[in-house]
Amino acid sequence: MLHLGIDVGSTTIKVVLLDEDKKILYSDYQRHLSLIKEKSAEMLEKVKPFTKDEKVTISISGSAGMGVATECNINFVQEVYATRVAAKEYEPDTDTIIELGGEDAKILFLTNGLEVRMNGTCAGGTGAFIDQMATLLGIGRDEVDYYSKKSKQIYTIASRCGVFAKSDIQPLINQGAKVEDIASSILLAVVNQTIAGLAQGRKIKGKVLYLGGPLTFLSRLRYFFDQELKLTGICPENSLYYVALGAALSPSATQLSISECISLIQSYSGKGNFNQLSPLFNSDADYKSFVERHNKATVEAMNPKSYVGDAYLGIDSGSTTIKMCLISIDGKLLLTRYSSNNGDPVQAVTSFLKTLYTEFPYIHIRAAASTGYGEDLLKTAFKLDYSLVETQAHFLGAKFFRPDVDFIIDIGGQDIKCFKIRDGAIDDIFLNEACSSGCGSFLQTFAQAMGKSVSEFAGLAIKSHSPVELGSRCTVFMNSSVKQAQKDGSPIEDISAGLAISVVKNAIYKVIRAPGADALGKNIVCQGGTFLNDAVLRAFELEMGRDVIRPNIAGLMGAFGAALYAQKRAIKEDLKSSSILTEEELDEFSHKVTNINCNGCTNHCLLTVNSFRERKMISGNRCERPTLKKDSKALEELNLYKYKQELLYSYLDRESKNKDAKSIGLPLALGMYELLPFYYTLFDELGFNVVVSGKSSRSVYVKGQGSIPSDTVCFPAKLMHGHIELLKEKNVDMIFIPCSSYNVDEEKGNNHYNCPVVAYYGEVIKANQELGNTKLLIPYLSVDNKKHFIKRISETFGLNKGAVKKATEKAFSALEDYHKKVCTKAEELITKARNEHRRIIVLAGRPYHVDEETNHGIDRLLTGLGCCVITEDSISNRVPKDNVNVLNQWTYHARLYDAARYVATQDDMDLVQFVSFGCGLDAVTTDEVREILRKQDKIYTQIKIDEITNVGAVKIRIRSLLAALEDRK
Amino acid sequence: MSVPFTKEMKKDYTILIPNMSNIHFNIMKAPLALHGYKCILLNNNSHNVIEEGLRYVHNDMCYPALLVIGQMIDAIKSGIVDPNKCALVITQTGGGCRASNYYFLLIKALEKAGYPQIPVISLNFQGMNSNPGFKITASILIQAFTGLIYGDMLMMLSHQVRPYEVNKGDTDKLIEKWTNKLTSYYEKNRGYFGHNLKNNLNKMSDDFKAIPVTKEEKVKVGVVGEIYMKYAMLGNNNLEAFLESEGCEVMLPPMLGFFLYGFSNGIKDNEYYGRKPIYAFFMKHIALPYLHTYEKVMENALERNGFKAPASIKELQKYSEGIIDLGCKMGEGWLLTAEMVELIKKGYSNIVCTQPFGCLPNHIVAKGMIRPLKEQYPLSNIVPIDYDPSATKVNQENRIKLMLAVAKENLNKK
Repeated sequence: MLHLGIDVGSTTIKVVLLDEDKKILYSDYQRHLSLIKEKSAEMLEKVKPFTKDEKVTISISGSAGMGVATECNINFVQEVYATRVAAKEYEPDTDTIIELGGEDAKILFLTNGLEVRMNGTCAGGTGAFIDQMATLLGIGRDEVDYYSKKSKQIYTIASRCGVFAKSDIQPLINQGAKVEDIASSILLAVVNQTIAGLAQGRKIKGKVLYLGGPLTFLSRLRYFFDQELKLTGICPENSLYYVALGAALSPSATQLSISECISLIQSYSGKGNFNQLSPLFNSDADYKSFVERHNKATVEAMNPKSYVGDAYLGIDSGSTTIKMCLISIDGKLLLTRYSSNNGDPVQAVTSFLKTLYTEFPYIHIRAAASTGYGEDLLKTAFKLDYSLVETQAHFLGAKFFRPDVDFIIDIGGQDIKCFKIRDGAIDDIFLNEACSSGCGSFLQTFAQAMGKSVSEFAGLAIKSHSPVELGSRCTVFMNSSVKQAQKDGSPIEDISAGLAISVVKNAIYKVIRAPGADALGKNIVCQGGTFLNDAVLRAFELEMGRDVIRPNIAGLMGAFGAALYAQKRAIKEDLKSSSILTEEELDEFSHKVTNINCNGCTNHCLLTVNSFRERKMISGNRCERPTLKKDSKALEELNLYKYKQELLYSYLDRESKNKDAKSIGLPLALGMYELLPFYYTLFDELGFNVVVSGKSSRSVYVKGQGSIPSDTVCFPAKLMHGHIELLKEKNVDMIFIPCSSYNVDEEKGNNHYNCPVVAYYGEVIKANQELGNTKLLIPYLSVDNKKHFIKRISETFGLNKGAVKKATEKAFSALEDYHKKVCTKAEELITKARNEHRRIIVLAGRPYHVDEETNHGIDRLLTGLGCCVITEDSISNRVPKDNVNVLNQWTYHARLYDAARYVATQDDMDLVQFVSFGCGLDAVTTDEVREILRKQDKIYTQIKIDEITNVGAVKIRIRSLLAALEDRK
Repeated sequence: MSVPFTKEMKKDYTILIPNMSNIHFNIMKAPLALHGYKCILLNNNSHNVIEEGLRYVHNDMCYPALLVIGQMIDAIKSGIVDPNKCALVITQTGGGCRASNYYFLLIKALEKAGYPQIPVISLNFQGMNSNPGFKITASILIQAFTGLIYGDMLMMLSHQVRPYEVNKGDTDKLIEKWTNKLTSYYEKNRGYFGHNLKNNLNKMSDDFKAIPVTKEEKVKVGVVGEIYMKYAMLGNNNLEAFLESEGCEVMLPPMLGFFLYGFSNGIKDNEYYGRKPIYAFFMKHIALPYLHTYEKVMENALERNGFKAPASIKELQKYSEGIIDLGCKMGEGWLLTAEMVELIKKGYSNIVCTQPFGCLPNHIVAKGMIRPLKEQYPLSNIVPIDYDPSATKVNQENRIKLMLAVAKENLNKK
């Protein structure tokens, strides 16, 4: 009897037919574009002749195959398991298999203890991720390989989840990095993601097989795997078909003829366990009146051919697109351009200007302004007159359509921006964090995956009768929801409508976190390219329960606002003519991109230098250092983060007075950022040779990443693994990580807990990191009870209690001294800032947010913008104890609440809160801190940080905050 | 702070109880009725529960909070109770895990949803946020405690019988019979404690033994995890039923263990941090030894008919030795790791570890401990599953199926 294996994956279907000797008679590979039923029937028809329609054994596998198999009563084989069965048959001496699929990544360890690993629900897909990135670069998927071969330079791209990587790549594109270099960086990121996320400390070695679409088609991906793993893996014949082969080999297969199988699959209806939502439009008439209503919000256009005179240009260089608007002196629209930037915004603007100059010689540009991600680049490149932060640009645009606008929501390709307006100024800003970005381009990629254009896809949604509920988290989650919808056989119309609703719910509940329409405002303006999709707009109206305004130029609002801004400024400053490159200058215009390493500090950030003849534009830097002049160094001093770093780092270079004694290593991570002065002194006094791990950096993180067991734990905890590696390199005799449920008792709350991760991370190190001869000490003890602490230390180390007591007293005074110094310095900085009339920003987080690798130099970004930066712990003791509306029982949280309460009383202080991605406790603190500040009319700003290195979005956020504060004055 | 639940309210207010485990809570609600509280155990599980949760709870908050609060608000909005004549009850653990914030989150959610008048009763042992109209008396405590034991017993028995029953439905009928029987004992306020407890447990065991079963060998799967995700079918997409439909026998460690774990932590708190010596002494020398007699009664009742009995808290403490310290006490803490060891030792080496997405303690006690477990017990086959509002069933089931494929292979090897 012949054996048939069907692999229904997230994007493709693979079919394999084997003869009695397990040799392949026929195989086929097709993208299914969500039409699983139709496509598999079609593919099976082609198999039929080979079987003469006699009975064969049939098994189904694949992530989208489970539903089909269950309902049709055909044997189902889990796909990872299938891979393993196939490998056993065709490559029996394999040790490890790495398989990348459309949306899954898997590693199988076959020898020395079978283990199979799949990516968690958080880590993004791989094949789909590469597709998405290729789209972003404006190249085909197969071209990624071609370009990558020519690369010379690799950029660091976050290797965790696909969406994170995307937010690293976007700025690279905007900064003019080369496509070939980005292509290689993307592939390497995929490799790192797979290794870090799945191997989890287990070494990949021996004979390694590469399977699945991406690894089959992209030779460079294999190359990077080889390079990182330091071996040569093989991509076997039929590497695409292993899952299908494994299914075909299943001993418990169902026996059917192909015709029977086809008719079974034809009858597959989907389970209907999917939640169905109400349709977007109940009738055609409904849709018609919707369209008519929105047609009213238009800005008048004018024929540019017949226009002679001054005009104002606005350019919005967004994440994936570039938008330009030229308006007449009376605010009429002369020319607009909305196009993909194809990774090169400079080129896009050049071509626009050339057209403008040749076709409309009678239009004179009086002023030009840029905004968006690429605002600096374009301003420098084309010598524009002004630039402004994009939130301000959008506000100006929205005001044109609705002078009394009180809420603006903008969903673009990569980001969601929302702002509340109060008394004519931006009052509260919500930006999506890196984890949920990419909604607009997500819809685009999805439309493409289903073989539709964006507008066709949107058009389908309008016809949907019962949209499917797809969840409201980040796009990666939506991916798997779509997978399930497909499994259940939902038609494209319902998926499209469901996606539109998801995008909206994501914005409302994840980004804005609004309980209802009234909380947002009465006069809502919706803008951004994504709202041109009628389905998204309608879903928003339905969810909010009210009508909103969508300007006909919804996608151009940033550019339109920038043009209005140019007009406003030019009139105010009496500017007669723009400094923008003239036609002649444009002909001689050149744009060169080079890369250098910054030497401003130990980070050695990779800088992209864009040269335009005599002008230069540097990007890729985390701080303002490389772009600032020498005399602005003084600004850096107004930074308590820097001071705290100096205090803590002073322990790194300290020569121990007990050089020949046993050495004890203290990892500078998590809780040690608070207690280093304490423990250093304690062990120093006790006669140990104390060694501190060192400063964090990207390479320190990479050193330890292989032993991290949970990929969703916060970044500060992940860094701990690297610090342990540092200590191992320093050959210490023992490493000390105290475990403690409790922290210092500052008598601010009901209790003084540590968070579970800070409290017990030592256990994770003990269980997961190879330590060789180094002894690991993770005693349970707490500094909140001095007497008991002394007892525990003397027990742990077998030391005399009296000596420990003496050392402990000294340790406590060292800690107290440290806190005092921080508070005194804060006082000094505040006074200085007030004398200089500077804004004081309390950059509030946890003690370990002082770490440079964790905070990405955002403190310096703030000082670079002219602010004075202080920490939460330096001012939290300035208010008396009081109740808050949540359970206040963690030491670090109590400081946050108290700092917020103090800031609320100070006119020239504002609070920006650091939140580490994955910090479950901050789900509680952020809401409470916001409430405390809101009560006193303060703007609350939250910055989510993870291992991402891109601070572009943070910069926009902070600049918007500063602009809003300026406006409020 | 919420509106207090007054003595007057006790007369005509209905208290809504979120449902963490059908089998347990169906029994445990009876004692409350006996003491004059009108209660409704919530069983609403439509998708709207999640929707309401998303609307009123921070999306990054743990999934159980979102579900529990969503379930209550959904119930109020559905009109099963008068919003002016109802109260809510929620547990407050008071530990270093964020779960101790549920009470406050619920109050915030009620305010946002427009029900600031609804009193919230905090159920805790520390005397936090007390209410004049709701007192946990010694008698309620004893009754609830016996309810917990009966619930655990029914759970252990049914799990070991249902997969093998010859006549489908026998097991569920017996659960219903016993739930009714116990409820009538509570109504009469007799027959559930002391020697009756022992007799009842033995009778239960005999009853379940009498169910005709097949002798086929099934894949044995243990379930551990965050307490709500582990027991509540609303949270884990009815994991138990899924596993049984895949032809497995499921073992869930009993709820009693979680309470004893909580009590025993006081002892370590004293040893490690010098806290509350009297409390620790009481727990160590009086409470735990006393409670151990109940563990023993349950064990005997199970073993008299050859059923597998759960490990006692003492045994569990031993199991964690060399893997994780007993001082690791937030969330499920060391107990979770110890339960995995217990399951492996009892032949349930295939384990589903359920956790809310981003659960902090589980980074350490669950995912963080898989590696040493694998080293010590090479046959262990553990799959951690994350649950959150958007994690899809297909993804979760696919991972579980992978674990089961390996499990089946191991079973065939035997």
